[in-house]
Amino acid sequence: MFSVSNVSKHFGEVRAVDDASFSIAEPQMVGIIGRSGAGKSTLLRVLNRLADATSGEVWVEGEDILSFKGARKREWQSNCAMIFQQFNLVPRLDVLTNVLLGRLNKHRTIPSLFKLFSAKERLDALMALDRLGISSIALQRVETLSGGQQQRVAIARALVQKPQIVLADEPIASLDPLNAKIVMESLRDIHDTDGLTVICNLHTLDTARQFCDRVIGMSEGRIVFDGKADNLTTEVAKSIYGASEDFEESMTSTAIGSDNNKPSREDLQIKELSTVDA
Amino acid sequence: MSLAVPNHLSVIELELKRQTKMRGVYSLTIFVALVLFIILGFETANEANSGGFLQGFSQLLDFPIDIIKMSFDAGWGWFYLLVEYFPALMETIHMAILATFIGFVGAVVVSLLASQNLVKNTTAVSLMRRVMDFSRAFPELVIAMVLLFLMGKSAVPALIAIAFHTVGALGKLFSEVNENADMKAVEGLTANGANWFQQVRYGIIPHVLPNYLSYGLLRLEINVRASTILGFVGAGGIGEQLTANIQWTYGADVTAIFVLLIVTIIALDYLSRWLRGKLIASGASVVG
Repeated sequence: MFSVSNVSKHFGEVRAVDDASFSIAEPQMVGIIGRSGAGKSTLLRVLNRLADATSGEVWVEGEDILSFKGARKREWQSNCAMIFQQFNLVPRLDVLTNVLLGRLNKHRTIPSLFKLFSAKERLDALMALDRLGISSIALQRVETLSGGQQQRVAIARALVQKPQIVLADEPIASLDPLNAKIVMESLRDIHDTDGLTVICNLHTLDTARQFCDRVIGMSEGRIVFDGKADNLTTEVAKSIYGASEDFEESMTSTAIGSDNNKPSREDLQIKELSTVDA
Repeated sequence: MSLAVPNHLSVIELELKRQTKMRGVYSLTIFVALVLFIILGFETANEANSGGFLQGFSQLLDFPIDIIKMSFDAGWGWFYLLVEYFPALMETIHMAILATFIGFVGAVVVSLLASQNLVKNTTAVSLMRRVMDFSRAFPELVIAMVLLFLMGKSAVPALIAIAFHTVGALGKLFSEVNENADMKAVEGLTANGANWFQQVRYGIIPHVLPNYLSYGLLRLEINVRASTILGFVGAGGIGEQLTANIQWTYGADVTAIFVLLIVTIIALDYLSRWLRGKLIASGASVVG
């Protein structure tokens, strides 16, 4: 159904994505983990066609989507919803309009410039907002919302696109733990209820373990792990995060309720500074 | 108590002192050069002119005193002059509004094509920038005088002249606003398959529209003055009345026109400030 084969993306000498291959046979919730700069974002951007790959192919239903151009390419982008760390909504427009903008690709240019969306589309948009529990703020302007609310608006926009696949680039990296949980649960629900493949970039291992069926680990542009989260050993995790001997999985955690990553009392005490006399 | 500064820091300290001193020397040199330049310029201008700089000053106040005297002589009739010249004022304002509107629309189109973040083709961007430079380079007066010569005396040449200049002047400001716009919204729209027009319409316009309108209102103020001046060269409106009355030394008429113009500019200033305040407060969701 979805097959990434030997995809590379180079920025000059830097190999942001280096010969990445994986395939997804049936709808899955996939988490891509790795530290900053591992190439996770670049990989998703290549899949959505926001960035062009240097080489490689991505096969979807018998077609190489990396070869698409113009309207074909935009149609693919419409089928491949993307959610961003910084939400990437239009702050000055209201929530409902922002969600409806997910339908732009389905309209001809001139009508779309005058916000001529159908009643069915408006209903769909409201349903999507309701599903995410934010229909009450449908007419509020996006810039007045909290980060968690904005990310849910972005997910609603992805839903009205009626995509084949949902990509989420660090969707919870700028959210507090509670909102992060809500957003991850919404993404999981899209997979469970709508049967869509969701590929989600994550910083943290425990989120991937909790929500994803499959984990892909990236390090310096290369895929270094691909399998069930349970098979991820501490050794592999160390190599993914490039961590030293004292690495513990909990160090990467930002989730609620994992008490073991709280700093000890001693750590919190400010060490006395030794003053130097002149 | 002296501070014991480590050696590598004292080196930086010394270097800083040296640089500060050098900067002082440079500034002083430039300042002296400027002063010399200005003095020499005055000398040259004085020699070239038939009269001296100071000669005209004694006559400076003669004309204002004369026209104010004449206005008092006109008595209550002076207020009637305000009514008499009002239609001419409206003609000038109409000319300015229409020219600003046409120029505004042109500037939006040109500026979008002249923004590096929206158009990937650098040749097209630089071409559009040159178009803006070109239309900005000619003062309204120059274009209007040529067109008035070609098309005869009417408001149309002035309209074209002001609109043409406005495209360049506003386009330059608009393209800077566009280039400072946050591209996250555009990226979001690109990622869900929106085409260029849709990206600009929803990703850029809502963000920049308050700024556009704010600059547009400012330009309207400038264009009212410009269309007044163009009246001097035969484009009609209140400017034509003003120049005629100055030549005939009809003092009362001249002061009446001045009062009308000043009140108009003040009113426009208040209006645009109020509108801009509203725009910024409400953002573009009303209009965008």
